[in-house]
Amino acid sequence: MELLVASAIGVLTAAGLYLVFRLRTFPVIIGISLLTYAVNIFLFASGRLVVGGAPILQKGVEGVFYSDPLPQALVLTAIVISFGMTAVVVMIALGAYLGGDDDTVNDPAEPAEEGEAR
Amino acid sequence: MSLFLIVALPFLGALLPGLMNQAGRAACAGITFTVTLSAFIGLWTNAPAVFSGEVVTVGVDWLPILGLNFNLMLDGLGFFFALLILGIGLLIITYARFYLSREDNMGEFFTYLLLFQGAMVGIVLSDNILLLLIFWELTSLSSFLLIGYWKHLPEGRQGARMALTVTGMGGLAMIGGMLILGQIVGSYDLSVILQNRELIQESPYYLPALILILLGCFTKSAQFPFHFWLPHAMAAPTPVSAYLHSATMVKAGIFLMARMWPVLSGTPEWFVLVTTAGVITMVLGAVIGLFKHDLKALLAFSTVSHLGLITMLLGTGTAFGALAATFHILNHATFKAALFMSAGIVDHEAHTRDIRRLGGLRHLMPITFVIATIAALSMAGLPPLNGFLSKEMMLEEAYHTELFGSHWLLPVLVLVGSTFSAAYSFRLIAHTFLGPKRDDYPAKPHDPGAGMWMPPAILTVLVVVIGVAPFLVQDFVFLVAKAVMGEAAVLETKYIKIWHGLVPALYMSIVATVGGVVVLLLFKPLLRLWDAAPRPEAKVIFEALVESIVRLAQACVRSLHDGSFSRYAAFASVTIVVVGYYAWMTGTVGAPTRAVQPVHFVVIAGWLMLVAATVGLVFLHRNRLLALILMGIAGLVVSVGFVHFSAPDLAMTQFTVEGVTIVLLLLALNFLPNQTPMESSVLRRVRDTAIAIAGGVAAFGLSYHYLLRDTVLPSISAFHVENSYKGGGGTNMVNVILVDFRGFDTYGEIIVLGIAALLIYALTEALVGGPVRARLLNRLPDKPLAGDMHPMMMVILTRVMMPVVMLVGFFIFLRGHNDPGGGFIAGLVVSIGVVMQYMASGFTWTTARLRYPYHGIIGAGVLIAGLTGIGSWFVSKPFLTSDFTYVRIPPFNEFELATAALFDLGVFLAVVGAVMLTLESLSRLARRQEMPDAEHPMDIDPSREDPLAEKAGGSA
Repeated sequence: MELLVASAIGVLTAAGLYLVFRLRTFPVIIGISLLTYAVNIFLFASGRLVVGGAPILQKGVEGVFYSDPLPQALVLTAIVISFGMTAVVVMIALGAYLGGDDDTVNDPAEPAEEGEAR
Repeated sequence: MSLFLIVALPFLGALLPGLMNQAGRAACAGITFTVTLSAFIGLWTNAPAVFSGEVVTVGVDWLPILGLNFNLMLDGLGFFFALLILGIGLLIITYARFYLSREDNMGEFFTYLLLFQGAMVGIVLSDNILLLLIFWELTSLSSFLLIGYWKHLPEGRQGARMALTVTGMGGLAMIGGMLILGQIVGSYDLSVILQNRELIQESPYYLPALILILLGCFTKSAQFPFHFWLPHAMAAPTPVSAYLHSATMVKAGIFLMARMWPVLSGTPEWFVLVTTAGVITMVLGAVIGLFKHDLKALLAFSTVSHLGLITMLLGTGTAFGALAATFHILNHATFKAALFMSAGIVDHEAHTRDIRRLGGLRHLMPITFVIATIAALSMAGLPPLNGFLSKEMMLEEAYHTELFGSHWLLPVLVLVGSTFSAAYSFRLIAHTFLGPKRDDYPAKPHDPGAGMWMPPAILTVLVVVIGVAPFLVQDFVFLVAKAVMGEAAVLETKYIKIWHGLVPALYMSIVATVGGVVVLLLFKPLLRLWDAAPRPEAKVIFEALVESIVRLAQACVRSLHDGSFSRYAAFASVTIVVVGYYAWMTGTVGAPTRAVQPVHFVVIAGWLMLVAATVGLVFLHRNRLLALILMGIAGLVVSVGFVHFSAPDLAMTQFTVEGVTIVLLLLALNFLPNQTPMESSVLRRVRDTAIAIAGGVAAFGLSYHYLLRDTVLPSISAFHVENSYKGGGGTNMVNVILVDFRGFDTYGEIIVLGIAALLIYALTEALVGGPVRARLLNRLPDKPLAGDMHPMMMVILTRVMMPVVMLVGFFIFLRGHNDPGGGFIAGLVVSIGVVMQYMASGFTWTTARLRYPYHGIIGAGVLIAGLTGIGSWFVSKPFLTSDFTYVRIPPFNEFELATAALFDLGVFLAVVGAVMLTLESLSRLARRQEMPDAEHPMDIDPSREDPLAEKAGGSA
């Protein structure tokens, strides 16, 4: 099980990185999203993998095996924030494309004086 | 009056001039005067204690861990300087009231002036060197604002920048010096430091501390080789020059040398550094000053020269030197401020300060003539004025001081300095006021109103009174000098005398005066010689220096920061992997402590789907729509994975976020090209693949290893499990952590989310309002659109689903505290419900039915969450303390009421607002010219007899 989760993190990271190195905005955004998955699972896994644990407190029952709530809470907000971040990046990419008709992520090789911010 | 109040008054009062600006100039100046007067009177209420030799202290602990305490003390030295700052401040405020013209923003001026005044008073009353540093930097900042007050003048801006750079660098050096000093003594309190002379001077760190502190003092007090900023700061309005650059700020360095005198002085290092810098500054300033044609520049260099004189006196390290320095600080402040104000009057009335264009003003401006002449003669050191007395003492001290083993060096140098000092004083009088009346002044000069000449006149009266009857201030000066020396030296002199008998100092004084006259008579040939001589221009050197530093910084930055995002990403990835690898290789990894868990075949199926989708994504990413679908698959598998690993909250969040993300990216794809072109070379792709695989392997290795091991230290999760119900009143631990244990974190997060949404809104506004607008409106879709964009089935279905979605959202919200759910998830669910309406019925139709703007919803959410947090203050609990209780309203079951639920409501609203504002902004871009906004939710509606709408829908 551990091998599967760890390899999933690895595959997502590798694919995310490869896409982040692409030259156009859209694959970079997709790549960042994949990296977000990888990081979220990574953080979540720091609570170690618990199959069949109780996520909710059982009142009056002793010796229940609970899943670790702390990484879950951290990852929950991370998921929501990453949506906000993705949205901002998408908007910047859109603005650059619509304003400059250009969706590459790198500045031109020659330093342009009034290059578009992208 | 408490010392706290004396320091605080100018700062608090700084708010008033701005407010009084509308009430007129008199009111504005009046309120400033009143503030300063209050502080001045407050200072005098402490006078009896100070005069009886006590040291008044107050203090509160500010940051005791750092040794930074808000301790103030008032002894003779502090009282003396505070008196100068506030007393001359009063005169300057009066003068500035009449000096500033109607175009000048008086409120701004007086606000800066009071800020500066407060900072200066803070310096001289500080009993803690860290506190002193804070005030020290404040004077640099406020003087920057004052020097650059006339923002339209390039000289003003340049001068302000130069002053800030030089004094700021000095301030930095001084911070270092003070920290060393504090470390040596083990306390940052001045009163403690001043008791530890031996400890400090025997420390190996004495020299670095001394040099760093002196750097701060020398830059502030314009000592060679940092003297060049002061003349350029003269671009400031004259009241500023008179206040900052003669009486107060430039004396801050002197003050600090005097303050530290008991512990730093008396060593050979101190003597050589301080005396040499002082005497060079004195001679240099006097010589350059003579040849300056601008009245204020002449005075600026004369100030440099006199500051050098005082520094030199402090450097000798003897009791008599300290006494002479103290006395000269007082005398210089009186005559120099008077002279600056006179120069300002001349400038104000004759519209020029160029000495070559002046002359003969004694007939036209008799009052100014008298004031300036008395002050200038005092500067030259003529009896019976106060400048004579302190100059005699200086000559006396120099005569007995041996520099670099020579008995003659110092006396000769100070004699040269005094000669030139007399010469420029005489030149100021002769070339400005004496001589024939001219008829080519830029304006017709005349004496100003009493408001302008009264302040310098008061100072001139002091010049004469101190000069004639030094016994009046004698006790005070001795008190201050004793405060300077502390226990380090004993003063043997008993009186300040006008007549010392036929001593060498008298002969030197006579030589200097006569020499001054001779130099002035030879002025024309000397000036030709001076103009012909090559000399370095400080401003040019300074600017070249700054320029080269900027070039160096650019060279460093440009080569790394070349605008290539791919490059930064690659660099970051490689660095992280390499550093991680290094840590891995140098650390030790324990044996696995956790057993490998068995695998169910469903998990393998999920894993296969995830890997297939991800790998497929890499190969097929050029087809962007396909890439989006594959990404969605990966996201869904991740959500399901969360369910499997006992994290239902996460699964629900991931699932809903996945939904809105896909909608968001689809919207974006609407505008972006559908294909990613194949651009990068094979080599580049190989390189990227290598880095990516390295990163993937690293992430895999790290996760695999920690998944098989327990945490080294027990995790804090146990606390949360234990206290979730007891302390937070909820059984859903994740939700309790979010809204209670780490509520402040969540509060920050919803604010970030709100800001992100507002940013997107702002960007959209900029796009829609800018040149892109026409392009967006005339955009032709790049793929065939459905004929029926808002089909009836979808409209009806979403309408029916809407209340259900709302109910689900409400339910998830309410049960969140005890079961999976909560504000975040409920917010996302409700957003999806609303988004469905947009998608099915169109943008216009949905917008028309919105009752509250999304910004408002975000704001309401953040406010509700914040107010919930603040609510706990009313029961004297820290921010965001939560409380809960159980109530039962028949016939319902018992249920829980928690303040945390109110906080969660804030989270809910912020999430709904942020998600909707984001998506709505993006959809706004999608509106087009050829597609008229439909008022109806459906394009084709058989119940509506409207062929037009049908046509519009059919032809698109």
